[in-house]
Order: sequence, then C-alpha cells, then structure tokens
Amino acid sequence: MAGLYIDQSRVTAETAAALQALCPFGAFTYEKGRLDITAACKMCRSCIRNGPDGVVTLVEDDAPAACDKSAWRGIAVFAELEESGRVHNVVPELLGKARELAAVTGHPVYAVLIGHGGRPAAEDLLRYGADKVFLYDHPAFASFLVDAYANAFSDFIRRVKPSSVLVGATNMGRTLAPRVAARFRTGVTADCTVLEMRENTDLVQIRPAFGGNVMAQIVTTRTRPQFCTVRYKIFSAPAPLERPAGQVVEMEVTDGMAASAVRVLETIPKPREVDISEARVIVAVGRGVKKESDLAAVRELAGLLGAQMACTRPLVEQGWFDAKRQIGLSGRTVNADLIITVGVSGSVQFAAGMKGSACIVAINSDPEAPIFNIAHYGVRGDWYSVVPALLRRLREGH
Amino acid sequence: MDIIVCVKQVPGTTQVDIDPDTGVMRRDSASTKLNPYDLFAIEAALALVRETGGSVRTLTMGPPQARAALLETVWMGADSGVLVSDRRLGGADVLATARALAQAARAMGRYDLILCGKQTTDGDTAQVGAELAELLGIPHAGNVLSVAPGEGFVDARVSLDDRDELQRLPLPCLVCVDKNINTPRLPSYFRKKALAADPVTVLTLDDFPDRDERRYGLSGSPTQVERTFSPERAEHRAMLSGDPEEAAGQLADLLLAGKFVREV
Repeated sequence: MAGLYIDQSRVTAETAAALQALCPFGAFTYEKGRLDITAACKMCRSCIRNGPDGVVTLVEDDAPAACDKSAWRGIAVFAELEESGRVHNVVPELLGKARELAAVTGHPVYAVLIGHGGRPAAEDLLRYGADKVFLYDHPAFASFLVDAYANAFSDFIRRVKPSSVLVGATNMGRTLAPRVAARFRTGVTADCTVLEMRENTDLVQIRPAFGGNVMAQIVTTRTRPQFCTVRYKIFSAPAPLERPAGQVVEMEVTDGMAASAVRVLETIPKPREVDISEARVIVAVGRGVKKESDLAAVRELAGLLGAQMACTRPLVEQGWFDAKRQIGLSGRTVNADLIITVGVSGSVQFAAGMKGSACIVAINSDPEAPIFNIAHYGVRGDWYSVVPALLRRLREGH
Repeated sequence: MDIIVCVKQVPGTTQVDIDPDTGVMRRDSASTKLNPYDLFAIEAALALVRETGGSVRTLTMGPPQARAALLETVWMGADSGVLVSDRRLGGADVLATARALAQAARAMGRYDLILCGKQTTDGDTAQVGAELAELLGIPHAGNVLSVAPGEGFVDARVSLDDRDELQRLPLPCLVCVDKNINTPRLPSYFRKKALAADPVTVLTLDDFPDRDERRYGLSGSPTQVERTFSPERAEHRAMLSGDPEEAAGQLADLLLAGKFVREV
C-alpha cells in the first residue's frame, strides 16, 4: 500500500527535529529514538522534498490499476436546467473552457442536460460549441431528485464514456457531481480555478487548498471520468456561434432511471435578491474598516460609482453585511469591470472570488498586504484619508 | 430517531503560506477547533432528538488529537463519539475519506439519519457528505435550510440556485445542512463535569467490514496532489504614490477617464 515510509537507520535526533519543524501538520512523533508519522499526515510530501535526504520516502503501489484511458473520449459539461427553462449561466462558460481543453486532445465536447421540457435549452447549447447535447427529458426531472438525476448522469457516462466532466459549482452541481463520481469510484476536484489538458488526457486541476494561501495542482491519473466543479464566473462565456454544427441526441429515460426514493412536496420560488456576482462595478470593504458607522464614506463612494457594496468574510461574521454580499470561496465570485477594495488584505479565498475582475484597485495601509499582488492599481495608505480625498476629487470632477 | 453527525477537527487558523525562498509550506499547527459548519449539524441533530427521542452519535476521522473535537460535541449534548484514527487512512482524498466514513458508519450499527455540515474550513470541498450517501446507498439532500422529522421520513428544505424544494426523504438518509440555519448551543460545563466514562470509541481499519488497505488513504485516492505553490502575482500593476491627497487625485483621474463615475 502506498504511503510514507521512514528509514529508522537514518533517524537521528537532528533529522527528527528537522522533520518535526518542517511538517506543517505536526505529524511527526519522536520517542525513544524512533520517528513515527501520525494520522495528522496530509501527504503534502514536504518532508520528502525538503527534509533530510532519505529519511522519509514515498512508496508507491506496485502496479496502480490504471484504467484504459483511450476508451474514454470527450469533455462533457453538465447543463443545469433552471425552472425558467434556461440553463444556468455557468454552462456556457464551461462549454467555452471545454472547447479550449478539447483542442489539446482533439476530443469532442458534449453537454448533458437532465430536466423536463429541456429541448429548447438543449438546442441553444449548440451555439456555445457543443458537438452533441445529450438530453434526458422526463416529467420526473422537473424537480431536482438527486438519485434520479444521478441515474441519468450515470447512464450518460456508461454510454458515452467521456474522459472529463465539468460541473458548475452550484448548489445542484455540488450535490450531484460527488454522488456520480463516487458511483464510478473516481475523483472529483471541487472549485477549480484553473484547468489545463495534457496530451495523455489527464486534466490538470488547480484550486486553492488547505484553506490558506496555497494553490494545489491535482490530477486524476488512474480513473475515468475525471470530475471537477467550477464556480460561476471563473471562466468566460464564448461568443455564440453563428452556425452551430452540433446536434441534440435524445436519450431514453427508463422508469427505473426516473424513479426516486425522494418526494418533492413543494417548490418555493426564491425571492429576487441582490446578486453581486452580476455587478459591473463593486466597492468591497474588509477589516480595515474599524466601525460600522465608518461605512458611510464607502457607501457614498459606491453611490457615486453606481457600485454594489461587497465585503470579506469577517464583516459578515460581525453582522455588518448579509452573507450574499460576501466575496470569496465561501461567498460569491465576481467578475466586475471595476472593483475597489477598501481595507481588504486579500486572502487567497477572497482573491479567488474576485481576481477575474478587469480592473482591481486596492486601498490598504499595509504595504505588504497580498491584495497588492493582484491589484492593477494600488494605493498604500490609510483609507480613512484616501477615500474622503477621493470623494472630494470625484465631486469636483463634474 | 438515531442520528450520526459527521464532524471534523480543523486548524484553529487558516493561515497557511509557502516560504517564497524554500517552497516549504508553513503552518501554525498548534491550535485546532471543531469545524464551525459542523456546529449547525450538531444543533439540528440535538433539536430533532429532543422532538423524537433517540440518540446522537458524532463521527470523525483524524489523528488521535481529534478526540478533543468529539469531546466538545458530547459537551454540547451528543451521547457519544466515534474516532476513526489509523495511519493507513492518511492522505485520503474525498473518495477515500467517504469510504472510510461509510465503513465506520456500517461498523456503528443501526442509524436513521446522518447529518453533515456544509463544508469544512480546511478542505472546503463540500463533497464528502454526498459521496458518503452514495457509498451507503441512501438518499441525500444538500444545502438544507430546515429539517423536520416524520414517521419514517424527514422533510428537508433544499436550497437550489433558482428555487427551494421541500423534499421528503425516507429513512435512513443523509442530510447536509447549510450554515446559520440555527443557533448552535455552547458546550456545557455541567455536562463536561458530569461525564463519568470516556464517551469516545476509537475505530481502526481493522474494525471495518472491508479491510482491504488499498481502498483507503493515499492508495485509495483517485486524485493526487502533484504540487502546491503560491498563488500567482499580477503582471501589470502600478502603485499610486504620494500622500493620500495625491494618490486620491490620481485615482480620481483614472475613474473619471474610465467613465466609472455616474452623472449626477
């Protein structure tokens, strides 16, 4: 079985101390001259790369049972059908990315649409470059019954054998993708921010990891299909094709496939809410704002710019803002034309939710704040001085 | 109703970074806490059991120190905790984690409902609950805003992006609750003091129905982390210099030139 192995003959008090200092997860114990790794190990392999030579080694499985990758062809996108009869906005973005990835391997691009009355939406998806849209249309699919949806999705995978599957990281996608991935005993990588294709059809999936300022590059080398989820607005939707060439393939839905143990008692429309992920101009505030009443100046700036107010996670936790205005991995992803951050340090989780914005302006008093690494324009100064001065200038500008 | 709540011990801080010179990951591993999202699942379980009777057991996988997280759940009101701890389970991705938890749930005997939080603050994947349900072959619902008990079922309000659905799931089933759906109670000092016996049971791979080591940990993980690195830096960036007044002036010019300022 694969894992880390310790060569005890090379263990000394010095090497043990070096490894204990190195391990970010505190997984080494050293007692009575014996070095051990506890279950705290996250397999980050820092001890192999950076530790004393030869003490810790990675032992791989003798013969990893890899599947026949050539039997799996195509990049599939899950097309979430909304109650309105249209697909979720993340779907064209994923189809655009799928086309880029497919260019490396020459694979076809597929969409799989599960729903009721989905034919017009399926036709529409051809404009975004799908070679084939596989349509599972059945009255039972009008509600999101995860077991029935998983059955249809699995039927698609068994028949079409796609190499990669891209799913929007919506509430539905996050519920469905892991369920189907587990059924095929394959990997799913959540919230990817970068996707690249290798010629051997391995999908390189990059996402923020360990809840901190670290990116992880993840591959699924032995199993197919390779599932990943991607949040809305991480990628850009392609321009629709004038003359789409693909076709819609209607798939048979058996009674067994549509059967669900779950019964939907009621469908409740969501109230129309502010959606910062659609905003073109945003002013975002962070912990640099000391009191809630200090927000007035920032709100005035937002008013002048016609901007939506947004914030970092701590301000939601303090109760200053509704969670719907939170930018970041645990909040919304925005893709604004302009975003001005005020007193935001710029953690990787926050940055992941806004770095796709066309113009990023950062105002922060800490010259070392990571926000300046992604900002297009930075002001290293106290926002309590900068914003009032800016307001004055903007009013004068008219 | 007999409920299992899946919980996780997470780092007390999410501050992890990479030394730019050596490429070594640095992390303050000293402090830990119970994953804050799990508190809502525990509170939901305790509220359900208050209504229907039954038991609440908490389940976690982690190093021996994760016992502390289980004790905290017992001080909140859970009856007991199960710690799955075995080096052979280390390095597990979502599938291998779900597999170990599914085996542990089978080893724990009868249950009506498994509750999970929305996600953890360290892994952030929000995927283990769904995979656990699939491997146990039971229905599940994610992003649940409320859960009410019935005869042989629970009613769960499921939040989707464009609508909510009130779903009736037969027992046994698994429900992942959203954050902020209730106000989690604090651990009780009196419960802590009143504890006579150790409420935590430890399971290892040897206690699982399926003891094939290759299915767990690193070997059983279809995804592999190839490398970790620091996020990229912006290519084009300009610092607006000078005192606040000067910098604000330059910024105002930029905004006016970009036609960002609304006509008033």
